[in-house]
Amino acid sequence: MPVRPYGDTLNDGAMQLSFTLPLEWSEAVDEAARRLVVKMGFTDVTVVEGRRIAANFSFFVVYARTPISVDVSTTAAVRPEHDTLDMDACDELIRRTVGRNVRVVGACIGTDAHTVGIDAILNMKGYKGDYGLERYKSFDVFNLGSQVAIEDIVAFVKERQIDAILVSQIVTQKGSDVANFTALSELLEAEDMREGVILIAGGPRVTNLLAAELGYDAGFGRGTLPSAVATFIARRMAERIPA
Amino acid sequence: MQLRIDSGAIDEARRLAATIVEPISAFIGAHTTVAVERAVVRLLGVDGIDADGIPLANRVVDALADLPAGAACALAAGVAESGNSPQVLAENIAGGMSTAAWRATPREVRQRALAPYVGAALQTIRERRRERETLLQRFPQDPPPLLYVIVASGNIYEDRTAAVAAAEAGAQIIAVIRSTAQSLLDYVPFGATTEGFGGTYATQENFRIMRGALDAVSERLGRYVMLTNYASGLCMPEIATMAALERLDMLLNDSMYGILFRDINMKRTFVDQHFSRMLNAHAGIIINTGEDNYLTTADAVEQAPAVLASQFINEAFAHRAGMRDELIGLGDAYEIDPDLEDGFLFQIAQAQLARQCFPGSPLKYMPPTKHMTGDIFKGHLVDAMFNLTSVMTHQAIHLCGMLTEAIHTPFLGDRALAIANARYVMATARHFGDDIECKPGGKIETRAKDVLAAAVALLEGVAERGLMEAIEAKTFADVSRAPDGGRGFDGVIERSPDYWNPFEDALRGHPAEAA
Repeated sequence: MPVRPYGDTLNDGAMQLSFTLPLEWSEAVDEAARRLVVKMGFTDVTVVEGRRIAANFSFFVVYARTPISVDVSTTAAVRPEHDTLDMDACDELIRRTVGRNVRVVGACIGTDAHTVGIDAILNMKGYKGDYGLERYKSFDVFNLGSQVAIEDIVAFVKERQIDAILVSQIVTQKGSDVANFTALSELLEAEDMREGVILIAGGPRVTNLLAAELGYDAGFGRGTLPSAVATFIARRMAERIPA
Repeated sequence: MQLRIDSGAIDEARRLAATIVEPISAFIGAHTTVAVERAVVRLLGVDGIDADGIPLANRVVDALADLPAGAACALAAGVAESGNSPQVLAENIAGGMSTAAWRATPREVRQRALAPYVGAALQTIRERRRERETLLQRFPQDPPPLLYVIVASGNIYEDRTAAVAAAEAGAQIIAVIRSTAQSLLDYVPFGATTEGFGGTYATQENFRIMRGALDAVSERLGRYVMLTNYASGLCMPEIATMAALERLDMLLNDSMYGILFRDINMKRTFVDQHFSRMLNAHAGIIINTGEDNYLTTADAVEQAPAVLASQFINEAFAHRAGMRDELIGLGDAYEIDPDLEDGFLFQIAQAQLARQCFPGSPLKYMPPTKHMTGDIFKGHLVDAMFNLTSVMTHQAIHLCGMLTEAIHTPFLGDRALAIANARYVMATARHFGDDIECKPGGKIETRAKDVLAAAVALLEGVAERGLMEAIEAKTFADVSRAPDGGRGFDGVIERSPDYWNPFEDALRGHPAEAA
């Protein structure tokens, strides 16, 4: 069934918008802001706040209604796994199916120095009370840290016979994240190593859909708990090495 | 608001920090680094790049046969023999000239040869400092907490637009965040730059462009707008040099940040940090230390004693480099999980504890980042609580929290909203902290006492073990770094008996007189 955004009545289409225009504020600029939103196809457009925030810049808060609706039955979002195993169940699955420890390497690639995400997943301490992969009995974890060249990761994977690669990108400016993710998957392909590893992308802007497009096995975004990543790796390994 | 905390414990923490720093100071005194020597070369007037884009300062230091004696020794001999300036000598070296003929010269000869260049550099730095003092008198700042915002477009000209807009919206300090790769570059990029990742390269020309724009806006607004950059990473002393020459007002500079969070060698960091801070002291540049990083990478409640201990260590290192309290901006951050009951009380306890431990220092307070989500409405509210804590506890340097912290580098409008939030809270609660008293033995006071006691215990452990060994044993940030591991270790050089650094000689022990 198609629906519109909900303000206080079903399908009223009410939305809030805010934006900045590179114009010195005046009543005319308020009207320009309103007209801009009308041009987007909104109706009942009200500029509830319009003010100067700097020389030649004005900020607006706008309420408006959209005539456009969406039908959820026509959309699809891919989630890597529906149910997450806890640490013990994960360890047990790997012990039973793989029969050895799974070797995992993680890094922030390219010029990205923000290790917050990869550390949350890998460090023993974990995130929000969910232990990191270092704590699992069934994982051997190598955290290469920040600003790691993709060539170094590939060399490391070769040398240490790594099963799963986790790469993180926090900085997304000018598409650097996508470029770095792509460079790694392409290099693995070129080295004929792609089939042999589980390749996972992480970062606040990463979605599973994006990761799939870039040739990754999975992508994990904001708020991901280490156990979700651990479960994904464990299940993939179990599939690849049937008991 | 004044917490009743044991001043004996504060004294003990300070004494322990001095004990911890002392053996490191002995190491620092016996070593130099390629970055310190490049800073000396720059101070002697060498600027520019060669045909391949390599800075002349790097070319000179890489070419010198006897670096343990210091770059100044060799350049002095070159100047004495040829009569050319260090800049001309540097250009010649880049052109392939050999320095082998520059024999050691007697101390008086080399001092005489370099005296005009050393004097000119020190005078420029002093002039910049006086300019700042004059401007601050003409264009007084609004009272602290000074609102600090970051610009980070990657393009210095876009940054300039954003900085001017932020200043007009009320920002008092502008930090140009660096391209994320820069901390690991062993040279300083040159010229105006328009490409960067997650930030804009720190170059002397970029400093000049931003300083010029902020001076113009300061004049227009009638209040001085400060400029900040990052003296961290492998070129720490060179950035400090450029900042002193271009009148930056603050520099992020931590005694352990690069070691723990960038895997830069600890010996390199300690030596670089010391000379950088000597320059900062002379230039009147306020350092901002990086204790917030302990909190973004681990649990903020657990890490509170590490923050306080690190503040004491940073202070001790800064004092050793001749910095006075008013230039030591010790860091902390509002990073406790918003879901934790009474987390706000813990934040007040920590912030007020720092205020009472370091009464003369302009404390740097960093906003929530770790627990910010895509819920910008909640984020804006958490930022407001951070703003309240800051004004209540008299923090001095206040990095404004962005409601879009977890989403993108700030939009111009995000910055304006952040500043409006801070201005509202700080005006409406301006004297709240002065007007209330904490319940004796209540949650805030108890928390502060616990954190102080734990910090003293932590410092005792470090003092017993030695700082380098403690870092190796994961005492800070749960990270282990080996004394000879990490990046930049090959750039650490033991000084020979005839080592000479004329700037160190001029600044040592006389930062106040020199000023």
